[in-house]
This record gives sequence, structure tokens and C-alpha cells, in this order.
Amino acid sequence: MNLYFVIIIGSVFVNNFVLSQFLGICPFLGVSKKTNTALGMGFAVIFVMSIASVFTYLVNQYVLVKLGLEYMKTIAFILIIAALVQSVEIVIKKFSPSLYSALGVYLPLITTNCAVLGVALLNIEKAYNLLQSFLNGVFAGVGFTLAIVLLAGVRERIVSKNVPEPFRGFPITLIAAALLSMAFSAFSGMFGIV
Amino acid sequence: MRNDRLNTLTNGIVKSNPTFRLVLGTCPTLAVTTQAINGLAMGAAVTFVLLCSNIMISLLKKLILDRVRIPAFVVIIATFVTVVQMVMKKFLPSLYDALGVFLPLIVVNCIILARAEAFASCNPVLDSALDGLGMGFGFTLSLTFIGIVRELLGAGSFFGMPIGSLGNVSMTVFILPAGGFLVYGTLMALVNFLSGLAENRKYSASSHNEKKDEKEAKV
Repeated sequence: MNLYFVIIIGSVFVNNFVLSQFLGICPFLGVSKKTNTALGMGFAVIFVMSIASVFTYLVNQYVLVKLGLEYMKTIAFILIIAALVQSVEIVIKKFSPSLYSALGVYLPLITTNCAVLGVALLNIEKAYNLLQSFLNGVFAGVGFTLAIVLLAGVRERIVSKNVPEPFRGFPITLIAAALLSMAFSAFSGMFGIV
Repeated sequence: MRNDRLNTLTNGIVKSNPTFRLVLGTCPTLAVTTQAINGLAMGAAVTFVLLCSNIMISLLKKLILDRVRIPAFVVIIATFVTVVQMVMKKFLPSLYDALGVFLPLIVVNCIILARAEAFASCNPVLDSALDGLGMGFGFTLSLTFIGIVRELLGAGSFFGMPIGSLGNVSMTVFILPAGGFLVYGTLMALVNFLSGLAENRKYSASSHNEKKDEKEAKV
């Protein structure tokens, strides 16, 4: 039970995917101009990450390991994720147009979000079981959402400020992210492990 | 013609440097640059994959259907990444461990897919190879540079060699995640500042305004 708690708190705060593991930085910088869009991207990531964690776990356990093809992990996982994103897009479009209009634009971007492939690979590396992988996927996504929404809030305020010319755009955003990351590093004392 | 080729090669190193100008492939840029040597190794791995995948995609561009081009590109890239992984695991196990999960994650490094899509899929083989090489060098140089700065400030050493008693006054924050964002942001601002100076010298005030507008549109 304790391990589940560690996974949940760990992947949201202590080992926050964006701010302490540097996974998913591209969308973190790219889609964080407005809080609304950041939230949309965040939910799309939680959705895909949790499904991808389950699928990649099953494929790894019952196909790759059985056949002794572990070295094909990278190729297999990226194909699973690409196929998954595509099918999620089709299914949502068909059954829930309102959800599609909220998440639709972010879904294709997620294929190249390294956080999704990252969570799949880390689940295997840490030898999590199915439930642990699923939880890790969901809460890593929650951690991503938290970080991107916080950064978007900061950026909305920076826009109206008089930032020195060379710092405009990405540099000041990175420095804001550095401050966020410093704040999150305070969580690292929480368990001592993880 | 020769000049064009040279431009293709140097384009990735200075004008559209993937790290400081295009801001692509930021995850490994921040994650592995705690030491200069790791930055160099990651850069070399990416350069290899970029070169091979650009050549391969350029060769196969007529055979790949337009509708399935992205999955096809991804499979080609993933294949070369797996090759790099296997070679590194065998011959450079310590670097393999240091790069960790970011080695397989080269697959989703946006620089590689971006060059495949934007350059290799519509240019001849030699140009694509040069483009891959140039972009790879640009990436490697930037990563090594960030690595040198972070290692020097954070651990007081240069490529693993301690420099005098600098280790005693080092600031650990620079090798922590926060330091990664900080150094990257500051260096990018420095690059913007220097290129702004260079542009000012080259053009008149009007073209400077044009650039400013462009930048604002991008932001």
C-alpha cells in the first residue's frame, strides 16, 4: 500500500515529470501561453498517458518478453503510442464531439511528447506491475498538468511586463520554469527515496 | 552550387541552431547536460541518428506514401536509435547508464522528425546528409557548451577534471534541474543579445524592426 502512495505523491510532486525529470519540455514551453490551452493539453496528456501505460505494459509483458524481443522495446512502444493516439482521436471524434473539440488539437502533438514514451519506458525499468504502471501514468500526467498550468499562469502575467529585449519569449519562460523547479525541489525531502 | 551546400551544412550550426534558435529537442538539452561529457555523448548519438535517418528518408522518399509518412519516419528513426542503444550498451556502458532513459527517447526528439519532415523528405540525398550533419553539430556544440557551464559552476570541474579548488565554492543548484532551466534561459538570452548586436551592425534600423515584428509574431 505504501508503495502506491509513494508512486502517487512521487510522480506528482517529488519526481514531477517536467520540473525534475525533464520529460515533456517541448509542449511545456510550446503550449503554455494561456491557462485554458495548458489545461486542455494537460488533460489530453493524462488521458493518453494512462492508456499508454496499460497497453505498453501488456505488450511488453505478454509479447516482447515472451518472444525474447526486449530490444525492440523502443520501436514497439513508439508504434503503440502513435497508433493509440490516432485511435483515441477517432473514437473521441465519433462518440464525444464536445470532448473532441476540447482535446482534438492537442492529440496529434502528444505522439512526439517524450513524457508519454518516457513513462512507458520508466514503468518497465522500475518493474512496476499493471496497477502501479497505470497509477504512474495517471499521476505523471497530473504532475505534467500541474506544472504546465502553473507556468501558463506565470506567462500570462509576464506578457504585460517590460522584459529586456534579449530575454523576451523563451529565455524568460525558461527562467520562470527554473524558479518553479526550485520550488518543487523542496518536495524532494518528502520521502528520501522514490 | 558549392556555396549552397556549404550553407546547408552551416545553417544548423549558427543560423538555425536547433537548441538556441529553433528551441527543439529541449528535453535532452536540459536533462543530460549536468556534465560536459554527457552533453557531448548525447550530441554525438543524436548526430548519428539524424545523419542516418536523413539519408534513409531521402533515399526512400519516393516509396513512402504521403498518408503514412509520419509512422514510416518514426520507424526508421527508432531503428537507428536502437542501433545506437545497442552499440553504446556494449562499448560505453558508463555513458549508457548516465544518459539513461534519454537515449531511447531520441526517437521522439523533435529535431529529428522536424528535419525528416521539413528537409529530407523533399531534398536529394547529399543535401539531406549535410543538413543532418550540420544540425547534429549545432546540437552537439550547444549541449556541450551548456554542459561545460553547468559542470564548471555546479561541480567546479571541466570534462570531469577538477579545476584547482573551484570544487569547494561550487553551487550545487547548477547541476540540479532548476539550474538546467536557468543556464539554458540565460545562455539563450545571451545568444539573442549577441545576434541582435551582429544584425544591428549589418542592417539598417528598418530591417531590425522587421526582425522584431517577426519575433513578436513567433511569440
